[in-house]
Amino acid sequence: MKPFAYARASGPADAVRLMGSQPNGKYLAGGTNLVDLMRENIERPDSVVDVKRLSVQIDARADGSIVLGAGATNTAVATHRAVRERFPVLAQAILNGASAQIRNLATVGGNIMQRTRCYYFYDDAARCNKRRQGAGCDAIEGFNRIHAILGASPQCVATHPSDMCVALVALDARVHLEGPQGTRTLLLRDLHRLPGDTPAVETELQAGELITAVEVPALAFANRSTYRKVRDRASYAFALVSVAAAVDLDADGSIRDARVALGGVAHKPWRGAAAEQVLRGSTADGATFRRAADAELQRAVGLSHNGFKVDLAKRVIVAALHSLVDGSQP
Amino acid sequence: MSFMQKAMETVVKLLPDKAPDLLIGATGAIGKPLARVDGPQKVSGTARFTAEVPLDRLAFAALVCSTIAKGRIAHLDTGAAERAPGVVAVMTFQNAPTMTPPPQQFTDRRSASTSNLSVMQDARVYWNGQPVAVVIAESQEQADEAALLVIVVYREEKAALAFETLLTDAKAPDNILGEPAEERRGDAETALRKSPVRIDEIYRTPRYNHGAIELHASTAWWEGDDKLVLHDASQAISDTRYTLAKTFDLQEEDVRVLAPFVGGAFGNKGVWSHTLLCIAAARLVDRPVRLVLSREQVFRITGGRTLSRQRVALGANADGTLGALIHTGETGVVSHNAFPEQFSFPARHLYAAKTWLIQQKVVGLDMVANTAMRAPGESIGTFALESALDELAVALRIDPVDLRARLEPPKDPTKDTPFSMRNLVEAYRRGAERFGWAERNPAPGAQRDGEWRIGQGVATATYPYYRMPGGAARIRIAADGRATVQAAAHEMGMGTATVQAQHAADRLGLPIELVTFEYGDSDLPRSPVAGGSSQTASIIAAVIAANDVLVKQLLELCGKDSPLAGATLDDVHARDGGLFMRADRERGETYTSILRRAGKDHVEAVADAPAPLEMMKYSMHSFGAQFCEVRVSDVSGEIRVSRWLGSFDTGRILNSRTAASQFRGGIVMGIGMALSEEALFDERTGRIVNPSLAEYHLPVHLDIPPIDVMWLDLPDPHAPLGLHGIGEIGITGVAAAIANAVYNATGRRIRQLPITLDKVLAEDFLG
Repeated sequence: MKPFAYARASGPADAVRLMGSQPNGKYLAGGTNLVDLMRENIERPDSVVDVKRLSVQIDARADGSIVLGAGATNTAVATHRAVRERFPVLAQAILNGASAQIRNLATVGGNIMQRTRCYYFYDDAARCNKRRQGAGCDAIEGFNRIHAILGASPQCVATHPSDMCVALVALDARVHLEGPQGTRTLLLRDLHRLPGDTPAVETELQAGELITAVEVPALAFANRSTYRKVRDRASYAFALVSVAAAVDLDADGSIRDARVALGGVAHKPWRGAAAEQVLRGSTADGATFRRAADAELQRAVGLSHNGFKVDLAKRVIVAALHSLVDGSQP
Repeated sequence: MSFMQKAMETVVKLLPDKAPDLLIGATGAIGKPLARVDGPQKVSGTARFTAEVPLDRLAFAALVCSTIAKGRIAHLDTGAAERAPGVVAVMTFQNAPTMTPPPQQFTDRRSASTSNLSVMQDARVYWNGQPVAVVIAESQEQADEAALLVIVVYREEKAALAFETLLTDAKAPDNILGEPAEERRGDAETALRKSPVRIDEIYRTPRYNHGAIELHASTAWWEGDDKLVLHDASQAISDTRYTLAKTFDLQEEDVRVLAPFVGGAFGNKGVWSHTLLCIAAARLVDRPVRLVLSREQVFRITGGRTLSRQRVALGANADGTLGALIHTGETGVVSHNAFPEQFSFPARHLYAAKTWLIQQKVVGLDMVANTAMRAPGESIGTFALESALDELAVALRIDPVDLRARLEPPKDPTKDTPFSMRNLVEAYRRGAERFGWAERNPAPGAQRDGEWRIGQGVATATYPYYRMPGGAARIRIAADGRATVQAAAHEMGMGTATVQAQHAADRLGLPIELVTFEYGDSDLPRSPVAGGSSQTASIIAAVIAANDVLVKQLLELCGKDSPLAGATLDDVHARDGGLFMRADRERGETYTSILRRAGKDHVEAVADAPAPLEMMKYSMHSFGAQFCEVRVSDVSGEIRVSRWLGSFDTGRILNSRTAASQFRGGIVMGIGMALSEEALFDERTGRIVNPSLAEYHLPVHLDIPPIDVMWLDLPDPHAPLGLHGIGEIGITGVAAAIANAVYNATGRRIRQLPITLDKVLAEDFLG
C-alpha cells in the first residue's frame, strides 16, 4: 500500500473542507472496499478523509419516508424496524450482501461508492479501461461470466456489485450531496453511470462531493416488496443476477403500480422501467410477468460466458413477481 | 516398476504375515472421543504459528511476481525500491545467494520441494506469478510498498497454456507415482463395442487452489555461515530439512526446521520458492527474515490440483457385470515436477471387470507447479468413475447401491493381490439403511418442494492405505512414571498430538495424563511427510518399534530380583504403569519400580519403523459410501446440498471426535469441489484471475448441511493397530454423489465440475 495522508472530519462540512481541491483524495467510511483496493494497489489515494461515524442517524419520518445517514452501517439499516416494515426489499437486499462482519462496518455511502468486482479490474497486471483509459479491456474476451448484459460498452463490461443500491433504485431513493459548491440532491438511479467511452467515471459526483444521506420516499405498496439474489454460493458472493420488486395490486387483481430493478447485470443498479411499463395496468399473472421480463431484457447482450444471465434474469423477475402476488417462497 | 521392485514384491508375497498387533482390539485411551490436547492453546491464541515467532532484528520480505507466463527478464530497475523508506535490500537473480536446484519430491522421496527449478538464479521466467524480486525492509508495510516500485521488463516467449488444444500432444509419463501409466487386460475397446449396455463419456475437472486458513509463511535465520534455522508452515519438516541441506549445501544436522502448529496444509505446504527465497534473503541481509505470502500469492506461487479431461467407458451385461472398464485421460502438468494427479487409481482397485484399459497421459503447461491437494487423483477420479457407474445404473435400471455390490472383486483386479481389508458392501449396506436410501424415488425429477427439485445420489469413496518408510520415534520413561514420545511430525489441525498420546498411553500402559507427545521439530526423530493419509500409521509403526527396544531395555534393567526376571519381549505386555506377564496377570512391575531399583532416572529408546512391506503383500485401501440429497431451484438452477451421510470402512478409529472432524472436513472440501470452486486460468496470459477468497468460492456455512458420518471400525489385521489414515477419503466420491443427486433431481447429467447454476440451466431442463 502506498503511503497517504489521513485526516478525520468532524462533520460533513469539515470533510468537504479537508478534502478541498485534492485531485486524488478519497473519503473513507467503513473501508470494507476502499482499504481492500488500496491493499491491492488499485486505489492509490494521496489523502484519505475519514467520515466514519458522521451522519449515522436513521430518520423514519411520519410521512412514510426514511432518511438514511450516509454513515449508518448496513447492519443498522437492515435491522431498523421502520426499514423492515416499510421497505422489506431494502432490508432483504442488505442482508443478502457480504457477511455479518462486513455489514457491521460497511456504510450506506460506502455501499453506493463500492467498485466493481471485475477480475481484471482487481489485477493491476491486466488491461482495464477503468484503471487506465485506453488500455483495453481483458474481460470482454476473457472470463466474463460475472459481467454485464445490459448497458455495457466496447470499453467496459463491468457490473456494479451492490445489493442495497438495487433496492434503493427500485424505491426511487434520492442521494443528498454536500460539496465545495454547496448541497444538492440526485436520484440514485442517476448517480451511477453506464461505462460508455469513460468507464473510469463511474458516478455523477463532482470533485470533493460527499454523500451525506439517502432519502427513501414514502411508497405505501413497498411493504409488499422483495429481493431475490442468485449467486454461486449461499452467502458471501456477489449477485450473478438479483431482482428487487414491489407490486401494488388493485382489488380486481390488476397491477396498479410496480417497481422492478436488477443487480448483477449492468454497470449501475438497473431500474426496470420497461418491465414496469408492461406491468402497470395489466393483470397480475404469469403471462404478464413474462412479458414484463422479456421487455426488460429485450436489449440484453450476452458475452462468451454470461449469456445465461439473460434468461436467468427473466426467470428471477417472474419468480420475484409471483412471490409478491401469490406468496410463493423461494 | 523396476525389476528390483518386482523381485521385492514377489519375495514379500511369500513372507508369512506378522502377528496382528496386540492392541488391535484393546480398549483404553484408543477410540475415545478425546478433545484435542492443543485445543486450549489454539482457542486462547497462545499457539504460536510461523508468522508469529518473535525475533530480534527481524526483517520482513515482500515478493514481486512475474506478469508473464514464459520468457526472460530483459531489464530490472530496483533503484526506487532500494531508496524507499525502511528498505534493507532488494534481492533479484543478479544478487541472490547461490542455490542448487532443489530435488523434487515426487522423484526424490525425501524431498519436500514441489519443483526442481532453480530459484532466482537466472533471468528465466517459467510461469505467470513466479517471484522475480524480494524486497527486504524493516517493516512489512515498507517491504510491501517498496515491492510496488520494482520495475521489471520482460522479453516474452510463446507459452503452452491452452490445455484442450494441446491434448493432441499428450504423452504417457514414465509412471504415475510409481505405478504404471497404463494397465490393460484383454481388448477393452472391442469388449466395450460388443457389450449390450454401454456408457462412454468425457468428464472434466478444473484447476483447484488451496485455501488453508494459515497463509504460507517462513521465518529464517542463519547461525554463522553453515547453520540454518527455519520456522515454516510445513507438513514435511524432516523432508524440508533434507531439501534445504541440498539446496544450500549444508549438513542435514545443521538445518533445523520447526513447525509446532500449522493452520491447515492439505498437500500444499511443502517447500515452494518463497521458503528458499526467505532463507536466501536472510543470508543476503545477515538478519532473520520473515516472508508471509498474501492470499493472492498463495494462488500465484503455490500450486493446487491440476485440471483433467477423463474418459470413462463401461460395457455391461444386463446383470450389471462389466465386460469392459475403460478409464483414460489427460491432466495438465509442468516439466519441473512429476505429479500427474493419479485420477486413474480408483479404477485399478474398485470393481471387477473382464477387460480393462486404464491409462493416464499428461500435457505439459507453463504454469505454477501443480501439487497434491486432499486425495489428489482419487477425488477427481471418483468424480468421473462414480458418475459413470451411476449412468450405468440408470441405463440398466439397477439400483446404484446394488450395482456396486454386483461388481465386488474377489481380489484386487490390477494388482492381483488379496485385499488386506475390504468391507465396501457393508459400508454401503449400513449407510443406505441410515440414510433411508430405500425410500428414494429413482425416477429423475420426481421429487419436488415448491420450486425446488429434490434428488439423492450415492458414490463410492476410496483412498489407498499408505505407510511411508523412513520414520522413527523416541520414547522416554522417567522414574516418576511419566512418558515422553517424540517424532518430528506435524500437527496441521487434524489431531496428531492427541491421537499419538492416546496410542502411546495404551502402548505403554499409562494413563494419558502421564504421556506427552512432542513434535514439530526436525531435531526430533525423523517423520515422513504428513501426506497420503499416512502420518498416523507411519508414526505409530515407529513408536511400536521404539517400544519394543524400550521394553527389552527395561527387562534387562529388571535383574533377578524383579518379578519379571528372565522375561522376554514376547512374554510381557504393558498395563497399569508397567510391564506384566501375559501368562500370569499377577507377575509384573511398574516402570517406576524397575527404574528405582536399577538406580536410573529414566530409560529411553529410539527406533526406525520397519519397512511397509504390508503394502506390497496386500492391496490396502479404505472405502466408503457417500450418500447425499440436493435441492435444485427450478427458477435459478441453484443447487443446495440438504443432507449428507458418509459411511466409511477405514480400519480402526483412534479418536471418534477428531475422526468425525476429518471425515466432515473432507466432505466439506468435496462440496466446494463439486459446486463452486474453480481457479480461473486465463489461457491468454497464464494468469489466475480470481486469486482471492472473495472470488474463489470455497463453501460457506450456509452451503453445508448437517453432515452425518459413521464408520465400521473394523481393524485391518495387516496395519499397525489395525488403522488406516483418514485424512483424505472424506473428499473422495463427494463430487460424484452430488452430480448423481443432481441427475436424480433434474434429469440433467453434468459431467464438468464445478456444477454451477449456468450448467444446470444450459439445456433448459426445466422448460
